[in-house]
Amino acid sequence: MKMKSPQVLMECLLEQGVDTVFGYPGGTILNIYDEFESHGYKGKIRHILTAHEQGASHAADGYARATGKVGVCFATSGPGATNLTTGIATAHMDSSPVVFITVNVGESLIGKDSFQEVDITGITMPITKCNYLVRRAEDLADIIREAFAIARSGRPGPVLIDILKNVTYDEVDYEPLPLEQHASHGRLAAMLRRASHDLKTPEPDHGDIQKLLDMIAEAKKPLVLVGGGVIRSKGAVPEFRKFIETLNAPVASTIMGGGACPGDHSLFTGMVGMHGSHASNFAVDQCDLLIGVGCRFSDRVALDPATFARNAKIVHIDIDRAEIDKNVKTNHHIIGDARRVLQLLNQGMTPHDYPEWKEWVFSHKEVPLKKDDILHPHEVLETIQALTGGQAIVATDVGQHQMWSAQYFHFSRPGQLITSGGFGTMGFGLGAAMGAKLGNPDVPVIHCTGDGCFRMNCHELSTVEHYRIPIITVIFNNRTLGMVRQWQHLIYGERYSQTDLDRGPDFVKLAGAYGIGGARAATQPEFEAALKTALDSGRAWVIECAIDKDAMVHPMVPGSTPITDFLLD
Amino acid sequence: MNTNFNVTRRTLSVLVENAAGVLSQVSRLFSRKGYNIESLAVGTTDDPQVSRITIEVMADQAMAEQIMNQLRKQFPVYSVQELLPERSIRRELVMFKVKAENADTRNEVIQIANIFRASIIDVSLASLTLALIGDESKADAMQKLLESFGILELVRTGMVALERGAYTISDENKEKAEFNLGKAAL
Repeated sequence: MKMKSPQVLMECLLEQGVDTVFGYPGGTILNIYDEFESHGYKGKIRHILTAHEQGASHAADGYARATGKVGVCFATSGPGATNLTTGIATAHMDSSPVVFITVNVGESLIGKDSFQEVDITGITMPITKCNYLVRRAEDLADIIREAFAIARSGRPGPVLIDILKNVTYDEVDYEPLPLEQHASHGRLAAMLRRASHDLKTPEPDHGDIQKLLDMIAEAKKPLVLVGGGVIRSKGAVPEFRKFIETLNAPVASTIMGGGACPGDHSLFTGMVGMHGSHASNFAVDQCDLLIGVGCRFSDRVALDPATFARNAKIVHIDIDRAEIDKNVKTNHHIIGDARRVLQLLNQGMTPHDYPEWKEWVFSHKEVPLKKDDILHPHEVLETIQALTGGQAIVATDVGQHQMWSAQYFHFSRPGQLITSGGFGTMGFGLGAAMGAKLGNPDVPVIHCTGDGCFRMNCHELSTVEHYRIPIITVIFNNRTLGMVRQWQHLIYGERYSQTDLDRGPDFVKLAGAYGIGGARAATQPEFEAALKTALDSGRAWVIECAIDKDAMVHPMVPGSTPITDFLLD
Repeated sequence: MNTNFNVTRRTLSVLVENAAGVLSQVSRLFSRKGYNIESLAVGTTDDPQVSRITIEVMADQAMAEQIMNQLRKQFPVYSVQELLPERSIRRELVMFKVKAENADTRNEVIQIANIFRASIIDVSLASLTLALIGDESKADAMQKLLESFGILELVRTGMVALERGAYTISDENKEKAEFNLGKAAL
């Protein structure tokens, strides 16, 4: 049937089961926004109007991470599109499936430095899995179908579709196509045909699986390192837990792997790397077999690639061939989807146990946590854990509070920790928390942030208030850029250059200005009371916690040094 | 795995979708890693939908493998192969515009051209333009000889290369299966 291409776009979103879109309108994208009103699509697709395109990009990302579905974000041309770039790069680094849709100026204006014109496909080439410029209305449906397939499959990631404005005036034939038939039609089918092999994620090599089983049989001190790949791979977490329980060896996690192994599991050594636990880092150093599943041995994990796991054979399980031997040299690898690889391993696994090795690993304890009359970061997280029964989704910004959240909250399921692990985007948390909450209305969502991060995108409180998104923002206010200050303290001779944030605003008043309740807490009982009030209210809330300026993230190992060179403690 | 750390000139052959932006998508992967492209040649193949890019780059084995894996992840990239010197033929067309202002010089230059089987493709009263097809050693040798006459301009097409024998870049191999993995769809 004939319809205008913006309507085709809406129909294609419905084919994908999209029910929520985040975005911000503008000149070039008017025709698409008009569809919400003129053809009543606002009744089928909820549009969340944010305060800033960056907030929309993080919200779509947070929605994707917390639901496992593809997030969708709209923006106009020029500055609307460039405001997305930080969000796109954030999604790209953490392999989060988001489809970004922008509309550029019309064909006759392209390349003429027209008002609000920018080459957004050129700009986003390095930070998208794939991007498209739609020049003909006939291509639109095909490209949208292909874009969603690419965003969600394999190693997921962001895809950008830029549509020329003139295309959004054109009428074109649209034939509805159910999702399950997409692979056999149009461009996607052509793409699948082009390669003689199936473009579907192929079966892991059974010889590779057997080789790892043999390596496990020989190992005396194995260690499992889990990364975000196990979180992204649908259905991988149950297989992973079966695998570690059969192997019965210590399990360390990257920040992106949070939730793959329950935080209170007896085999769990905690986070690894720069702010990794003593148990994790010493285990990496002394293990004789390191099995990395869906991780990429980044510079925050494999601090010094030359000495990382120096006594071990390293086995890397990943869906992306380009990750193998990228950061650390490995002895063996298995290419495939984490769920399938772990399933095959489980089929061949016999139960093991390494009592002495485990005893040695877990003999490395952390310094005892402080408990006195001021509020300590771990108490904030322990209180959140207790009052939400450990069920809350925790969305963070970046810095000390992010590390504390990863260390002290016990994540127990995938999608429970929403954090910018790879790109380290300050200002990510509030938007991401909105997206996470809209995707999971029945789960409490706590946004942990610092005073520096919160100030970056706190204008999204207007979105939180308008749509009545009941997320609770917990500000770890130490009146400084804490993580940078920590480095200045330890490495820069206590020269605190430009990190003091001894300035406004009054966060409680700020929340009030947006129509959101606020509270202050300087002690654990005060925080507990405030959080209880906030949770019971069923509304958004901002709680400002007074944190000591010199509170530090323990432990710490500086970058590019051996993983056991702890600076603190 | 291969632990050959020798940086040598390597020839990569890349089959890509013939579409706008694909060349910059491919070349940015090299610039991102700080690898300077020594030579680049692009053109369509027997299938007008498909272009073939031949890239020469200074790299060791690990660098080359890394960049090939990154290339294979790009959706418009269909196939990537390293063409080893002993198993492939490499040719480049070089045009030399040489100063030749009198009959003696012209004759000398023409003699050199004949020895190298270069063709003379333009003559003026002050210059001769030669076209030479070969690999870099042949071009370098001829360039050295012509320098004494004065080279006014020199241009290279960039090296193109093919595997020897009936084997083609599209043939099945293990790498091909792995190349699909990086961009698995559905």
